[in-house]
Amino acid sequence: MEALDIARWQFGITTVYHFMLVPLTLGLGMAIVVMQTIWVRTGDEKFLRMVKFWGKLYLINFILGVATGLVQEFQFGMAWSEYSRFVGDVFGAPLALEGLLAFFAESTFLGIWIFGWGRLRKGLHLAALWCAVIGSWFSAYFIIVANSWMQHPVGVELGPDGRPVMTDIWAVLTNNTALAAFTHTIFGALIVAGMFLIGISWYHLWQRRRDGIDTVAAVPVGERRTGLIGRLTDAPTRVVVGEAPGVAGRDRTDHGVWLWSLRFGAIVAIVAFGGTALTGDWQGKLMYEQQPMKMASAEAACHTGSSFSVLSIGDPGSTDCSDVITLIEIPGVLGFLGTGEWGADMPGISDLEPQYVDQYGETIPDEAIYGSFAGSEVQYVPPMWVTYWGFRLMIGLGGITAFGALVALWLTRRGTVPRSPWIMRLAILGILAPFAGNIAGWIFTEIGRQPFVVAPNPDPSGIDGVFMFTAAAVSPGVTVGELLFSVITLSAVYAALMVVELFLLVKYVRGGVASAMPELAPAHGDGDGDDHDASDDGPDGPERRDDVLAFAY
Amino acid sequence: MEPLAITWFVIIAVLWIGFIVLEGFDLGVGMRMLFASRDERERRVMLNTIGPVWDGNEVWLITAGAGMFAAFPEWYASLFSTLYVPLTIALVGLILRAVSIEWRGKVHTARWRGAWTAGIGLGSLIAAFCIGAMLALTSLGLPIDGNGDRVGGPFAWLGWPAIVGGLAVVGFSLAHSATFLALKADGPVRERSARFAATWAPLCLLPAAAWAIWVQLEHGGNPLAWVLIGLAVVALVLGWVQARARREGLAFTGYAAFGLFGVAAIFAGMFPRLLPSTVDAAFDLTLANAANSPYTLGVMTVITAISLPIILAYQAWSYWVFRKRVTPGMIPDAHIVLPAILRDKEAAAPRR
Repeated sequence: MEALDIARWQFGITTVYHFMLVPLTLGLGMAIVVMQTIWVRTGDEKFLRMVKFWGKLYLINFILGVATGLVQEFQFGMAWSEYSRFVGDVFGAPLALEGLLAFFAESTFLGIWIFGWGRLRKGLHLAALWCAVIGSWFSAYFIIVANSWMQHPVGVELGPDGRPVMTDIWAVLTNNTALAAFTHTIFGALIVAGMFLIGISWYHLWQRRRDGIDTVAAVPVGERRTGLIGRLTDAPTRVVVGEAPGVAGRDRTDHGVWLWSLRFGAIVAIVAFGGTALTGDWQGKLMYEQQPMKMASAEAACHTGSSFSVLSIGDPGSTDCSDVITLIEIPGVLGFLGTGEWGADMPGISDLEPQYVDQYGETIPDEAIYGSFAGSEVQYVPPMWVTYWGFRLMIGLGGITAFGALVALWLTRRGTVPRSPWIMRLAILGILAPFAGNIAGWIFTEIGRQPFVVAPNPDPSGIDGVFMFTAAAVSPGVTVGELLFSVITLSAVYAALMVVELFLLVKYVRGGVASAMPELAPAHGDGDGDDHDASDDGPDGPERRDDVLAFAY
Repeated sequence: MEPLAITWFVIIAVLWIGFIVLEGFDLGVGMRMLFASRDERERRVMLNTIGPVWDGNEVWLITAGAGMFAAFPEWYASLFSTLYVPLTIALVGLILRAVSIEWRGKVHTARWRGAWTAGIGLGSLIAAFCIGAMLALTSLGLPIDGNGDRVGGPFAWLGWPAIVGGLAVVGFSLAHSATFLALKADGPVRERSARFAATWAPLCLLPAAAWAIWVQLEHGGNPLAWVLIGLAVVALVLGWVQARARREGLAFTGYAAFGLFGVAAIFAGMFPRLLPSTVDAAFDLTLANAANSPYTLGVMTVITAISLPIILAYQAWSYWVFRKRVTPGMIPDAHIVLPAILRDKEAAAPRR
């Protein structure tokens, strides 16, 4: 195996893994900060419980995102030293800005929030969470600015040694590719959070019904709406909320926690899906200008035309157009998606390929920096089965989740969920869909950029001549053995930690709100938990009790 | 020489000082959890002294790395690719430590807690050693060629500088965390840590002192660096005297100042080199040949000049918020998480 291939696997594994954790952090953080804001403003106990419960899951997940983010920060230098040298004048800046302007605030204020319960005024404590969550969104923004520069280099000119030199940081920060990708990513993260809220809340509402805590009863005739809309949309039955004193936290407020979370999650998911559709359309149009080959390969569009492929088949590993057979297509749609004009012709692969060969050469230059790739033929068409199916998976899964969220709103209109265990399992399974959609989207956009690590832009707004082949980016001094060592070690660590993360998430989800609020447990009533504790704690036990930390590791 | 490049050299030194002085006690507390605690409550007291702040402290490392990329990409690229193996191990250590701190308390069994205590301790030890080795190597030199790439294979970095640097950061973290715990904890942890700070701590600081002096001897030294070394020695002696007198705040300040002046002396001693080549001095990475364009450095300087004071302010505020000593009595009971399901159907509210 070539060092380049292992280095790419290393980068891909770390980045995909990191991006399984990050969307939940971004989306759920914002959901929790909304819940805490409502709690601070209304004082409604229900919202405090939401903050505590979802906050627990948020933190279990957050830390693994932080830990894997460390690898992201250093791996450019480790495995991609030539890339780091080539782009250093522009690419390091957003990474450093992320640390200075976002990550410091995120980490510091999150620590204040975690340990600040009971030590800070409510408003100040809420402000700490706002700072942490906004910090995490800014983190995402700066990282996407860096990535978008690789897709669409702006704000630079070619220096005397052939490397890009930054001339305009504002252009880098307001790169249209970055703004589109950032908003798209944030909406994608909100879908993740929405489905997470729906699936877990559904499970608890379903459990309350299974345990006979909540029941449904017919709505009395006098209270039913009689109009046509009322008859069509109102449920004939309504929830009767109960409580189970034997189970920690299973009281009447508990029902409100899950129902509100579920419906809030559904609305977030639906609105965010609308957001991804709009920003995705914006991205698609930019991509046709900036990276036409990526878009054409996403469509497996071999010939210039305006038809949108619904189903194409062919040799899965193909980068060759003659292997692709389009079975179903809709005329005119592709042109509309790409330019906003119905039926406009979009360039196909067979027309684009000669243009790329013309501009960037038929072979990789015969220079030492390219190692064993020097002089080899360039494959300008990315592996189409990845781009074609990655693109469709992303959109398809997004659509499915939005539909699922709508169905969830409809099914819960009487105040609880149906008793069917199968729908409950489907709701749990639905949590995975937006994760997969997010990953598919990133794999599509990164694989679609190949064979370039910094993509050349034919569009006049990009900087002419700034591009880099992936083959030239890898560290020349690093051996295959070292790369294998890191990819095996890190993958094993990631896999093991994912098992622990899932174990902990499941454990705390099954525990319900009481898992995050020990004070709800009956054994933990006023006083008696304290005496019990004082016994193993020596002389300074009882009199120090009001000092007990609301949260401690 | 470009004044902006010098500015950035100073900023990066400041970021590394921030890392050593702040993460130093986090890493040390982690290591001390392995051997300097008797029971679970003591371990929790130790862990909760760094609980609210360790994650914010770790960002100094991340920003130091990113700052090297933003200002001296040649340095970032050459150093991290040359030290591929130790850096991978350092990252595994940091990952292990981070998840261990957060997940340790999530399950209430002795086995679970024991496993994650080992994760915190070993993760801290590995990370401290490898990062120390890395810093020592960039100050004392690595076998790099004219392109900044390593010659001599994956373990060409292994040698005395790596060992001394690794021991230096491990030793400093142990000493620094002892005064930190004496200041921030109460009960047996406080006693034990104060004793350690008064007896063994100076010994732990010896490798760091050796490294700082080695850098001066290697590169010819300069007056500023020697002054900083002198200040570090004064801080060490004062810290030790205060530790023996059980003045915990001053002892902590003394050892912290030793870390600050020590790292400053190392950076001052290597100036204007960033990564000396042991193959040929002509291949040295220096401020002159590794710095970014004045525009990039200028923009980054302005943003850093504005943001760094703000960062220091809110981090200081977080220390103020959590200024209380962590006493054994403050540690809440371990919380046992049970599934919220009805085991006794009769206890349920009557069905309607």
